Amino acid sequence: MNSNFTAEEKDFQQEVQQFLQEKLPKETARKTKSALHLSKEECVEWQKILHKQGWAATNWPLEHGGTGWTQTQKYIFANECAKAGGPDVIPFGLKMVAPIIYTFGNEEQKQRFLPDILASNVWWCQGYSETGAGSDLAGVRTTAVKDGDEYVVNGTKTWTTLGQHADWIFCLVRTGPPSAKNQEAISFLLINMHDPKIKVSPIITIDGRHEVNEVHFDEVRVPANNLIGTEGQGWTYAKVLLTHERTGIARVAISKDRLVQLKELVATSPNGEDKLMDDVIFAQKIANVEIDLLALEYTELRTLSAISTGQAPGPESSILKIVGTQIIQAIDELYVEAAGYYSMPFVPYQFYDDYDGAQIGPDMATNSSLRYFNNRKTSIYGGSNEIQTNIISKAVLGL
Amino acid sequence: MDFSLSSEQKMIQDSVSRFVLNDYDFDTRRKILGSTTGYSQENWNVFAELGWLMLPFSEEDGGLSGSMVDLALVMEEFGKGMVVEPFIATTVMAGGLVALAGNQQQKDDYLPKIMAGELQMAFAYAESQSRYNLNNVKCSANKIDGEFVITGQKSVVLNGNHADTLIVAARTSGDTNDTHGISLFLVDAKHASVTRQGYANVDGHQAADISFDNTPTLGLLGELDIALPAINNIIDRATLAICAEAVGAMQIAHERTLEYAKTRKQFGRTIGSFQALQHRMVNMFIEHQQAKSILLMAALKMDSNNGSDAKALSAAKSRIGKAASLVGRESIQIHGGIGMTDEIDVGHIFKRLTTIQFLFGSTDVHTRRFASL
Repeated sequence: MNSNFTAEEKDFQQEVQQFLQEKLPKETARKTKSALHLSKEECVEWQKILHKQGWAATNWPLEHGGTGWTQTQKYIFANECAKAGGPDVIPFGLKMVAPIIYTFGNEEQKQRFLPDILASNVWWCQGYSETGAGSDLAGVRTTAVKDGDEYVVNGTKTWTTLGQHADWIFCLVRTGPPSAKNQEAISFLLINMHDPKIKVSPIITIDGRHEVNEVHFDEVRVPANNLIGTEGQGWTYAKVLLTHERTGIARVAISKDRLVQLKELVATSPNGEDKLMDDVIFAQKIANVEIDLLALEYTELRTLSAISTGQAPGPESSILKIVGTQIIQAIDELYVEAAGYYSMPFVPYQFYDDYDGAQIGPDMATNSSLRYFNNRKTSIYGGSNEIQTNIISKAVLGL
Repeated sequence: MDFSLSSEQKMIQDSVSRFVLNDYDFDTRRKILGSTTGYSQENWNVFAELGWLMLPFSEEDGGLSGSMVDLALVMEEFGKGMVVEPFIATTVMAGGLVALAGNQQQKDDYLPKIMAGELQMAFAYAESQSRYNLNNVKCSANKIDGEFVITGQKSVVLNGNHADTLIVAARTSGDTNDTHGISLFLVDAKHASVTRQGYANVDGHQAADISFDNTPTLGLLGELDIALPAINNIIDRATLAICAEAVGAMQIAHERTLEYAKTRKQFGRTIGSFQALQHRMVNMFIEHQQAKSILLMAALKMDSNNGSDAKALSAAKSRIGKAASLVGRESIQIHGGIGMTDEIDVGHIFKRLTTIQFLFGSTDVHTRRFASL
């Protein structure tokens, strides 16, 4: 057992560093580091750069165009990206629907959808949650009724992240009769968002942004061959996907980088007579989070090591979700605290090109509150942390 | 010992409570935030008519000689509606400073107008390097031809963009961190040498960054060089006011969360029926009650010590900061996704509870001050 990189892994690390140095657009990196909004064009541009390098799909198997990387390589790549300010790829196509398509879809679906996902030619969004079915996904009410070789879809999905940009949506829909058990009545359907009978309405979140949406389906006709796998098995597919999603939600690499940045900031932040770093209480708070993060990093490495020896991420991935999001939120809170009075102004428009006033507050303060507010979602989405606790209690502890 | 309210106290509490309930619902507040001033002059006139703007001032100054307990009662009700009118900036802070440090002429010039709702003021004290150290003042006032002029910058001045008159803390002698050498000046906010960059804070309150470039003053407020005790006193009073506001806001956050938990169904049951959530809502309740208690403690101690008890005040700000953090975060989490939306009030309560933790000294700053006294 050891945690050192081999010579090949060190070479790989260098290669990644060099690639990021040369190819990552500077403006994209700056915005990512400051948690500023990236435009659709910037997201697409970055994925296309990764794709050209053959590095877009870090989690896909080689045969479908993925990197086929080892877990260690993925770990190195994630850490170097976070350090350099490389944004996460938009996950809905690459990390969420694609694994479902190449695992449970038929040949025709693989040919039709995977290349465009890989090349970022299409933008996907997720249609799981509904009002009344948040973490309780078995409660979805959006219906898909078979009519000839089409499904007729009616209902409303919510919390559809970046759905305003999407070309396609993958949905959990109810195909069985009302009497059927939830687990046998839910199917996994791919729907073209350009259908005029689909309406997208924005939801503004407490940080003032338009990130999520409601998506309304009114008699939307979907070809039956857009169904993935077997009718009624959607719930099973979705669950497989969710354990994978939870592993990614821990965002250890990003938290590591944010802590490094935070320490740099407090080392130079004035605090009346001295620097914020000299404040023992504040320094201790940072140290506590740092120690928690070290434990989490090794929990993640243990999980990844289990995956690489063929074990799928089990219910233990819930630990990563719970602790990872607690740490994200704790770091956010420290940034707000470090910003002091400058955590208060709400001036997101100062980061857009057409702003001609002076910048309000020092760089370190910019957006600290907005990120703190926005990231309250991390303990809610992907199955809330309460749900994760129940999963551990039932599936691991047998309670 | 008797913690019951007097009939006068009940009356003022009822009148503020009725106003918030009838005239300050969430949609109305949202409209006010979207207006050009970011607060309602109409409401401000109502505050004046009902005598609320007279509350903190002594009877000799034409006020109602309200106690800190009275101020806390008003602010707790304001907290329930997340009232954004600049009561703290104009009445508690700026008006309080004029009453505390001003000469008779200055009191006559400013206090009646404040109490009548005709004058908006702001107190500019914080600077970008000062953080929460009130004696860290770089902004300086120097004599030119026998008159003081001010040069420097002030950060996140509450009500700074709409104030007619500013009170500026400036250094008149000594080094940046000296406790001696700080003075207060009245300044015309609209003078050409004053640059104001206004904005809304995340909690909806208006503020500004302000810079002064050889700005003439409207006069020295109080004595030269020894303004720090007055500044401390006024910031402590303002701190008590936001502590009370937080207690009111926590009550609403908790109520909203309970209502939601009793109606929202998941897995075929109301989410309030899950023990895991029940215990957490009980914790929110305990935090709110503890906060309410320590607020009362601090207000009573300040009242029995001539309006000033730094140790009691810091105990309150520290404990209430902790409670505000937990209650705010839990109310979002238990609401789930809907709590993340701009559309309902709980997110806005959470944002106000967040800024209160970092206004006038963070939880840690006050814990440290409590320990040092």
